[in-house]
Amino acid sequence: MSNLFTSSIGKKLVMSLSGLFLIVFLLVHLGANLTIFGGEEAYNAMCNFMDTNIFIRIMVPVLAAGFIIHILYAFILTLKNRTARPVRYSVQNLSKSSEWESRNMFVLGIIILGFLFIHLFDFWSQMQLQHFTGGTPTSNPYELVVDKFSNVVFVCIYIIWIWALWFHLRHGFWSAFHTIGLDNQIWIKRWKCIANIYAFVVAIGFTIIPLYVVFQSLCGLA
Amino acid sequence: MNLKLKIWRQKNAKDSGRFEEYHVENISPDTSFLEMLDILNNNLIHEGKDPVVFDHDGREGICGMCSLFIDGRAHGPDDDITTCQLHMRKFKDGDTITIEPWRSAAFPVIKDLAVDRSAFDKILQAGGFISVNTGGVPDANAIPIPKKDADEAMDASACIGCGACVATCKNGSAMLFVAARVSALAKLPQGRIEASRRAKAMVAKMDELGFGGCTNTGACEAECPKGISIAHIARLNREFICAKLKD
Repeated sequence: MSNLFTSSIGKKLVMSLSGLFLIVFLLVHLGANLTIFGGEEAYNAMCNFMDTNIFIRIMVPVLAAGFIIHILYAFILTLKNRTARPVRYSVQNLSKSSEWESRNMFVLGIIILGFLFIHLFDFWSQMQLQHFTGGTPTSNPYELVVDKFSNVVFVCIYIIWIWALWFHLRHGFWSAFHTIGLDNQIWIKRWKCIANIYAFVVAIGFTIIPLYVVFQSLCGLA
Repeated sequence: MNLKLKIWRQKNAKDSGRFEEYHVENISPDTSFLEMLDILNNNLIHEGKDPVVFDHDGREGICGMCSLFIDGRAHGPDDDITTCQLHMRKFKDGDTITIEPWRSAAFPVIKDLAVDRSAFDKILQAGGFISVNTGGVPDANAIPIPKKDADEAMDASACIGCGACVATCKNGSAMLFVAARVSALAKLPQGRIEASRRAKAMVAKMDELGFGGCTNTGACEAECPKGISIAHIARLNREFICAKLKD
């Protein structure tokens, strides 16, 4: 293990493993959110489960550590990579040789991080966080969600955020396996295909929830 | 063809450098790119000016000596070739062509468009070899090697060490170069024995020399004149991580 994490590949390994952990988290989060289609009771029951289940309570600090490590290493690696080319090209055309998202993972990460703070403030701080701090969580999480998504501007920002995440995942998913070394000529195509499916499922899943709430409130008004 | 050239001129590694504009006239579309630069230099010498310095040698697309970042791409607008194999028919009459040197902290400019790529030699010296004397050419089937392994080793061996991967990578990473060497030797029985030590030594040297890290954009594979696959980078990662875990 000596010096693994001081090498460039070792640092990228940290990035990959923390990324894969967050990829699994996103699926769990999406699965939980989709209970909203079961109605108010199902959604509130899910929130209650998430707030009280011992495994989830243990995993919350682990998840926070996962986020912090992923973000910290993104900064470390990006700053190091920038020093490798002190004089920039006056003309460089990378559009034919690489995907846009693969070149802009850091920028996409910053966008996702920015909205993540808003997201945590709007939802998590009024739900699960209160159980950790001994405060009073919202009595009806379903109502909170419906209330937040009644604002069309908020819904638009939320959807933009999710599709920035879609870009990030499209590259991040297969790239993580490549960095770990679990890849070859045949599996590159397979991982990219699975990455596209995964990113699409996550993005569509998180997009239909606010749209469903908006649609429901419009029907309610009519 | 009449062309306008925007060429990077730099006296030495310490000079900050700048672009200068030149015009070349009556260039045949069948002229190679380097011949076009020869014509320009001939004109400059006749005018009593300093000719443009650029690297070249065999001009057959196999030695890895030529470089040049032409109109934003390593080895110019054509795919799977080196600059010496690029011809003026890929450009249009009246075009403005921007020519820059490889830009990387590990490849300092010597003069104008020529850069010092000895960092690649240092990486090879760190581990890109087989320590034992393997003797003369063995009989063809003395050591049976599966066709798939031989093919992969051969594909990786196609690397000519031109540095286009470093030049095009947004991080100035040398991972494709290192991976090609590690892969070529690790897939053959003679090189397999030292595979772990080799991966560790070459990566350590690569990090030390100031190359950036790989973010798997795949630009290196697209611009590599030999089309070396980034799948070799996955093998390098695997070799390196396994070697470090065993330490």
